[in-house]
Amino acid sequence: MPDLHGFEDELLLGLWMTVRLALTALAIGLVLGLAGAAAMASSIAPARWIATAYTTIIRGIPELLVVLLIYFGASTVLMAVARPFGHTGYLELSPFIAGSLALGLTFGGYAAEVFRGAFQSVSPGQREAAQALGMGPVDIFFRIVLPQAWRLALPGLGNLFLVLMKDTALVSVIGLEEVMRKAQFAVGATKEPFTFYLAAAVIYLGLTVISMGILAVLERRANRGLPGMRVT
Amino acid sequence: MSNALLSPDHPATGSLRSGAGLPADDAAPAVLTVENIHKRFAALEVLRGISLTARTGDVIAVLGSSGSGKSTFLRCLNFLETPSAGRIWVHGEEVRTRRDRAGALRPADSRQLTRLRARVGMVFQQFNLWPHMSVLDNLIEAPRRVRGLPKRECVEKAEALLEKVGLAERRDYYPAHLSGGQQQRAAIARTLAMDPEVILFDEPTSALDPELVGEVLGVIGALAEEGRTMLIVTHEIGFARDVSTRALFLDEGRVEEDGPPDILFTNPDSDRLRRFLARHLH
Repeated sequence: MPDLHGFEDELLLGLWMTVRLALTALAIGLVLGLAGAAAMASSIAPARWIATAYTTIIRGIPELLVVLLIYFGASTVLMAVARPFGHTGYLELSPFIAGSLALGLTFGGYAAEVFRGAFQSVSPGQREAAQALGMGPVDIFFRIVLPQAWRLALPGLGNLFLVLMKDTALVSVIGLEEVMRKAQFAVGATKEPFTFYLAAAVIYLGLTVISMGILAVLERRANRGLPGMRVT
Repeated sequence: MSNALLSPDHPATGSLRSGAGLPADDAAPAVLTVENIHKRFAALEVLRGISLTARTGDVIAVLGSSGSGKSTFLRCLNFLETPSAGRIWVHGEEVRTRRDRAGALRPADSRQLTRLRARVGMVFQQFNLWPHMSVLDNLIEAPRRVRGLPKRECVEKAEALLEKVGLAERRDYYPAHLSGGQQQRAAIARTLAMDPEVILFDEPTSALDPELVGEVLGVIGALAEEGRTMLIVTHEIGFARDVSTRALFLDEGRVEEDGPPDILFTNPDSDRLRRFLARHLH
């Protein structure tokens, strides 16, 4: 175990921040992804245009730029809105909110495509059987269609989450004190870059391994009843 | 206005053989009445005006070559396909429709449609059991969500129905672990769990291996003996002759023949039906 010169606590705080950031961005991204998939399948043309524009823009811009654009863009917008009310000071989103939004937007842009494919893969007969029994659209969506789309989407979403987790390091550029930022502090103080960047790498790797374990459990749960699975 | 339809002289009750051979219980209440149903897919007119009244206890076999529109007809009855024109009554209540801007027929009241669908059961060619739920959960889903019945009551009823279709010990299996015949029997039990007043069977044995057809026909035959009202689209001519009280032969989107099965199958009027029977009975 290399000597971390007392920065263990700082790195742990960074780890906690990284986890919170990733989970918040995941929640935002899942909502945006579902909404995006619904909009793409919508019969309302403007909804389809907006969804297509959203996924195109998100997939066409580097994540680092999305983080910077959200952070500085939001501050510009906030100040423009506040000025008529007599507020002339500097305003900004907290790095945590800006980072969550930026990573959530990115996740959502890719997740929309994953969800869209998953919903298309649920056979129409599944919905028809529920309709024929008199089930309403809300029950059909949440009880019949979504659970089946979910299990088709899960591997793709899991992959996106692993990418998201590593992209949290980008939010260090706007000053959020997550793992990467904490490691940079430690490097500055100790002049031991290899030690602390290696420590950060181990932390990200650990998070990834844990996430993969959780995903495997989720997939096993979602795949209950599929051919080839054990009868429980 | 829907009352007018229930009068005995309404056109929907007429048919090529009306009066000639319909069973004597003509006065039984009409469960499902359809009048002049048309269905067009782009340039293709699949149904060209079909009228029918199914009365309590009727077992109506719907026959026809592939492409004759018989499945489409069945799917129009509970609006899984929206007819291009025509009217449908469930126990005297007309399904409300409207015309959209393009002139196509649409259900006007989705709540009413949902409520009426709950009274009309449907069994599909591909079973359409929900693969993420156990057999038991498939059976109790609609009674719980649609009827709002307590779980206990739904489970008891579902177990009785599974017993009836011979699947009592398969209640905790997932659909993928059942044979096709077992899946279709479970799907029939799922439909029965909603106490439908009429059940539509859309080629219930066409997706099955030949050796599994018998077990499903056995269940449907037992339901016929109970006096359930059913419409059965099928290619199993022998079965249709045995269980039906009335048979329809559809051809090119029209009712070509309509009458009691013993007359229809032994002494058909039309050449088309004669040729159809020759192809299917050997």
